[in-house]
Amino acid sequence: MKKEWPIWEVFIRTKNGLEHRHVGSLHATDSKMAIENARDVYTRRQEGVSIWVVESKYISASNPDNGEELFDPAKDKAYRHPTFYKLPDEVKHM
Amino acid sequence: MQDLEKAFQARIDAGEVIEPRDWMPEKYRKTNIRQISQHAHSEVVGMLPEGNWITRAPSLRRKVALLAKIQDEAGHGLYLYSAAETLGISRDELYDQLHTGKAKYSSIFNYPSLTWADMGAIGWLVDGAAIVNQVMLTRTSFGPYARAMVRICKEESFHQRQGYEIMLTLCKGTEVQKQMAQDALNRWWWPSLMMFGPPDAESTHTEQSMKWRIKRKSNDELRQYFIDMTIPQAEVLGITVPDPDLKWNEERGHYDFGEIDWDEFWQVVKGHGPCNKQRLDARKNAWNEGEWVRDAAVAYAEKQANKQEQIAVAG
Amino acid sequence: MNDQLYQYLLLLGDNPLILGHRLSELCGHGPSLETDIALTNISLDLFGQVRHYFQYAAKLNGENQTEDDVAFLRYEHQYKNTLLVEQPNTDFAYVIGRQFLFDAYHLPLLEQLMASKDKQISAIAHKSIKEVKYHHRFSSEWVKRLGDGTEASHQKMQTAIEDLWPFVAELFEETPLEQAMKEEGIGADLSQVKEKYDADVQNIFELAQLQRPDHQYTQSGGKKGVHSEQLGYILADLQYMQRAYPNMTW
Repeated sequence: MKKEWPIWEVFIRTKNGLEHRHVGSLHATDSKMAIENARDVYTRRQEGVSIWVVESKYISASNPDNGEELFDPAKDKAYRHPTFYKLPDEVKHM
Repeated sequence: MQDLEKAFQARIDAGEVIEPRDWMPEKYRKTNIRQISQHAHSEVVGMLPEGNWITRAPSLRRKVALLAKIQDEAGHGLYLYSAAETLGISRDELYDQLHTGKAKYSSIFNYPSLTWADMGAIGWLVDGAAIVNQVMLTRTSFGPYARAMVRICKEESFHQRQGYEIMLTLCKGTEVQKQMAQDALNRWWWPSLMMFGPPDAESTHTEQSMKWRIKRKSNDELRQYFIDMTIPQAEVLGITVPDPDLKWNEERGHYDFGEIDWDEFWQVVKGHGPCNKQRLDARKNAWNEGEWVRDAAVAYAEKQANKQEQIAVAG
Repeated sequence: MNDQLYQYLLLLGDNPLILGHRLSELCGHGPSLETDIALTNISLDLFGQVRHYFQYAAKLNGENQTEDDVAFLRYEHQYKNTLLVEQPNTDFAYVIGRQFLFDAYHLPLLEQLMASKDKQISAIAHKSIKEVKYHHRFSSEWVKRLGDGTEASHQKMQTAIEDLWPFVAELFEETPLEQAMKEEGIGADLSQVKEKYDADVQNIFELAQLQRPDHQYTQSGGKKGVHSEQLGYILADLQYMQRAYPNMTW
């Protein structure tokens, strides 16, 4: 038969209160096995309290060639940041 | 095309990290696949000489430490195969390259592990040499490779200590144990120096790899760094590095060392080391004997998925 | 020293010791990297449990005994593991079959031991049961995958179960030592363990499309120190360093 096990992406929450972060990938035939493999491969040193897995083929990614049109327009919107607004020094707690 | 390559080189020169979906020269892709997979293969084949001693480890404490260390190597192989897979090659293809001899792995693992002291020497010297290389690679230009390296370096920090502690215990032990440690050092010293690859003058890949920041330091630089770092550690152990030409060179600020037997190096690289055949056979056996298991898991998953679908349709 | 308690700790520790040893032989030879890592995790868990039991046993024994003396320096007939766990890694179906048939026993055994009057045994059981729940999940999932996978894998899984089945009964044969420990409220009640075992095995076999073997013949003796030929080879490896280089520190 020789069918390769699909690739899964693994996300781990290192402790409650933090978000899940991508830590790597692995091979598994179903989601149950993917979670178990992730537990065995990526949490050997107590790295996590929660695991997400998703089969890689279901991830859609932005195209790096479109990087300029996607991300450059945000560059000159300085008014979205607090430092854009000048206030006198004596104004506190703002 | 020219422009794309120029722009790519400019990104590298500016210290930018390249991600899998970015444009890259075909040769950059290939070089990375070759180097990352070679590294992955080394981790996985590297499990074998040490795996040899798990069942014979002299204490429970040593046994679990060794087992955990070798397991880490499987994990590191996995991280690295994953990094290579982002470049559009599958793990099965990579295995196939290993099993057919098309891909190489570190020659050091073609040497036999003969006594328990070899567990000490491998951890101390082989892991020590690997770490020198790997620390450099945490800043390599290809993102997934660099990230795998960060993780690996973090985990490997105990590996070398584990080996050195074995050596230390032997060297503080009985006469027989000291001799065992010395013998292991004698056998592993030169192959460890060979791990950094041929001298810069003869290294075929170095120049382009440096330009692309796949590699950041030359073989000879890394080798010298390793020697300078390791000699004082040998002194603490009180055992003798098997090189009569070894001496501190005040002027250079480095140790001078004797001629490496490159004939031996090439012989082992070309497949004629003491254990090349048995290492490769062990990997091939594991893979071939595992085929029905992997197939069964796929078939089971498909059956379960179909069942789910039928339930959904019926519902 | 309390010899019965000491002997009982050997009985509890020797199964994970020998099974851990068998699993450790596979490190580097698994059917996939992921599975290799998983099996090693189980092996490491088991050795961890062994160390708890044997550190306790060594303390009972006094005379500067260590966990390693207990683990490495006994003769063949002094090891009390069941025959099941010393069976070889014939193929992956045997590895999984042996693991599942043991896990299905180990889990309810530890449930009982958590209630042990002996504080240390109870503490070890509390810690170990978390690990063993995972082992059980891992092995039962794989029994299902192999049993209900391909034609070939089904065949191999069924064969492994047939071959290993004669060793199952020994898990529940109550030795005088186990009876005494049970009566003191220290040891497990094997009849209760067996009840859970039968239900569990029945359930997983059904899901895995496997036939529960119907033959009645059984093999036992391990708990009393009468082993299969396998154990001698295991000990030759396990004890090699301690025997060849006696009285040294490693």
